[in-house]
Amino acid sequence: MTQHRKWGLFFFLTPVLLWLTLLIVLPHIDLLRMSFILETDTGETEWRLSNYASFFKEPIYWLTFVRTAIYSIIVTLLTLVVALPVSFFITKVARPGTRGFLMLLILLPFWVSELVRVYGWMILLRESGVINHFLLKLGILDQPVEMLYNDAAMILGLVYTSMLFMVVPLVSVLESLDDSLIEAAYDLGADMGTIVFKIIVPHATPGIVSGAIVVFMLTLGNYLTPNLMGGKNSLWFTEQIYNQFIASFNWNQGAAFGFLLLLLSSGIVWLGLKLSGQTLGKVVR
Amino acid sequence: MADDMQIDLGVEKVTKKFKDFTAVKAVSFEVEQGRFFSILGPSGCGKTTLLRMIAGLAEPDNGRITIRGLNMAGIPPNKRPANLVFQHLALFPMMNVADNIAFGLQRRGEKKATVFKKVSAILERVDLPGFEKKKIHELSGGQKQRVAIARCLVLEPAVLLLDEPLGALDLKLREQMKVELKKLQAKVGTTFVYITHDQSEALVMSDQVAVMNKGHFEQLDTPKNLYNRPATPFVARFVGDNNIWSGHIRDRDNNTCRFETPDGNVFHISGDQPWRNGAAVDLFLRPEAMIIQPDPAHTGLNRFEAHIRSLLFDGANSRIIATPKNSDRELLVALPQNRQHDDLCPGDIVEIGWDKSSGICFATETETSP
Ligand SMILES: Nc1ncnc2c1ncn2[C@@H]1O[C@H](COP(=O)(O)OP(=O)(O)O)[C@@H](O)[C@H]1O
Ligand SMILES: [Mg+2]
Repeated sequence: MTQHRKWGLFFFLTPVLLWLTLLIVLPHIDLLRMSFILETDTGETEWRLSNYASFFKEPIYWLTFVRTAIYSIIVTLLTLVVALPVSFFITKVARPGTRGFLMLLILLPFWVSELVRVYGWMILLRESGVINHFLLKLGILDQPVEMLYNDAAMILGLVYTSMLFMVVPLVSVLESLDDSLIEAAYDLGADMGTIVFKIIVPHATPGIVSGAIVVFMLTLGNYLTPNLMGGKNSLWFTEQIYNQFIASFNWNQGAAFGFLLLLLSSGIVWLGLKLSGQTLGKVVR
Repeated sequence: MADDMQIDLGVEKVTKKFKDFTAVKAVSFEVEQGRFFSILGPSGCGKTTLLRMIAGLAEPDNGRITIRGLNMAGIPPNKRPANLVFQHLALFPMMNVADNIAFGLQRRGEKKATVFKKVSAILERVDLPGFEKKKIHELSGGQKQRVAIARCLVLEPAVLLLDEPLGALDLKLREQMKVELKKLQAKVGTTFVYITHDQSEALVMSDQVAVMNKGHFEQLDTPKNLYNRPATPFVARFVGDNNIWSGHIRDRDNNTCRFETPDGNVFHISGDQPWRNGAAVDLFLRPEAMIIQPDPAHTGLNRFEAHIRSLLFDGANSRIIATPKNSDRELLVALPQNRQHDDLCPGDIVEIGWDKSSGICFATETETSP
């Protein structure tokens, strides 16, 4: 009996442990090791902190880093602002029959790869794109405008890419909100704003936080959208890492950047949890 | 009734349709200031729909609702001087007791000190002094009940609407809350409109009761009149228990008429009911209107002999099931627990008597579509 249990446990735990060690722990240990190594011109290796030092010495590195962090937070907030009314509409306003259909509409863009999704936006926004075409036809513009390759286009793309990951937790948390709470608040004299901030948001906080964590991490680690839709000046920190690994072939520097990004995302998620008074356990549930 | 009595709530010919289903059909009534008004009806008869229209959470398709003389058409719930205690209370779980009660006051922009004072005063009123900091989930069912009522009462509404607020409580607590709610209403003097499917709640607490069925009012009267003089068969059946006996009217004169059942029982009923000779009627007879083994000296009674089928012991509400001789109709007869009938057993034959004024007749219902 107990023998069986032990074997069962072993059987199920092995793949999990293998996955954890082989794909998460080992690569990170190796990256960590690499990040402290300096390769001299003669090809010898030394243990140094110089990879981290160069991050702080070179403004382009840490400026990109700060930019990426701030824009990721902005993208997360914007996604929340768009997703909250959408989720509210899906759960509380739409008739039950149309709910599934609306969720499908949200899900549909995610059936194609991110590359195709971003390309869709590029077709719309570029100088010779659909929107310019119509604005010219309607006489609103007399010269085509380049709407791509700037921060606004990049943020638009990132918010669009993140929507699903905010809408899904919000829909599930709003479904558990009793309609009569909203009606009771309305009956007791509350206006729309008060209902949103005193009833809906407090109830939805666990969903908001878990959605925000996912969106923030995905945005911070995104490479494709900033690369394709952002301009020459909208550098994303992942692009810096890519450059170090692929372009400069400086794996040690790249590893150090990778670790800094990991620290950044952990730090900001921790801060977000603290500020919203949530715990990771509560949010994951 | 005095003319200077203010009408707090007026409902005129209010109708509400959901697609082609009419949930509330041309309902009209008025409630005077300080009254405890109940709407009693089976589940699904449209009570909640009617109350939601008064609160402003639904718009009537037709008719007019006035509160203290003001037409409420187009006025949203947050601007109406009426507050609703929801069926499942709808207390805000993310707030403590004090914040729940202060919610409405804060929406009016009242000062912090005033809010604080009002909250503790109303908690005192509902017998929950010092409960300000409690979380909602720490309260018992009866305490939640009182917080929900306090949350509305603190706003001093012209009309307090209550949607089956005792429905979720267990029997003992419900009995207790019935009395407390009535006392509270008398104390604060607010006009209450209370809806329930429980006839005992409506009868015990109310000044006036409207019996509702399939979207319309069957009768609007005092609890006593509803019980003693039901206006329709539905009311007779819904308020209290009744035995129903079909038969025909014979030999009518000014004072009495005879009522004959197909199985050959003959009774006298009082002649103030408007039946022609030969009319087919249903006789409604309450279990508690029948006397087991009546005093032979008492002459004014209808008497018949019956077979006891079984004894249903239920404390003060004990009954026997009896069938009249040469009939197989089962009758419920109240069995007073005054030890007088302790020796009755199933199979016994007893005499049963009832006063002719306690039998009420309605024209036999031709079973139309349900
Ligand atoms: N929003 C709605 N849409 C369609 N039908 C409804 C709606 N609300 C209530 N009804 C119907 O109206 C009738 C009355 O409902 P309700 O007022 O809740 O009854 P009660 O409170 O007396 O139990 C019911 O048959 C119910 O199915
Ligand atoms: Mg109801």
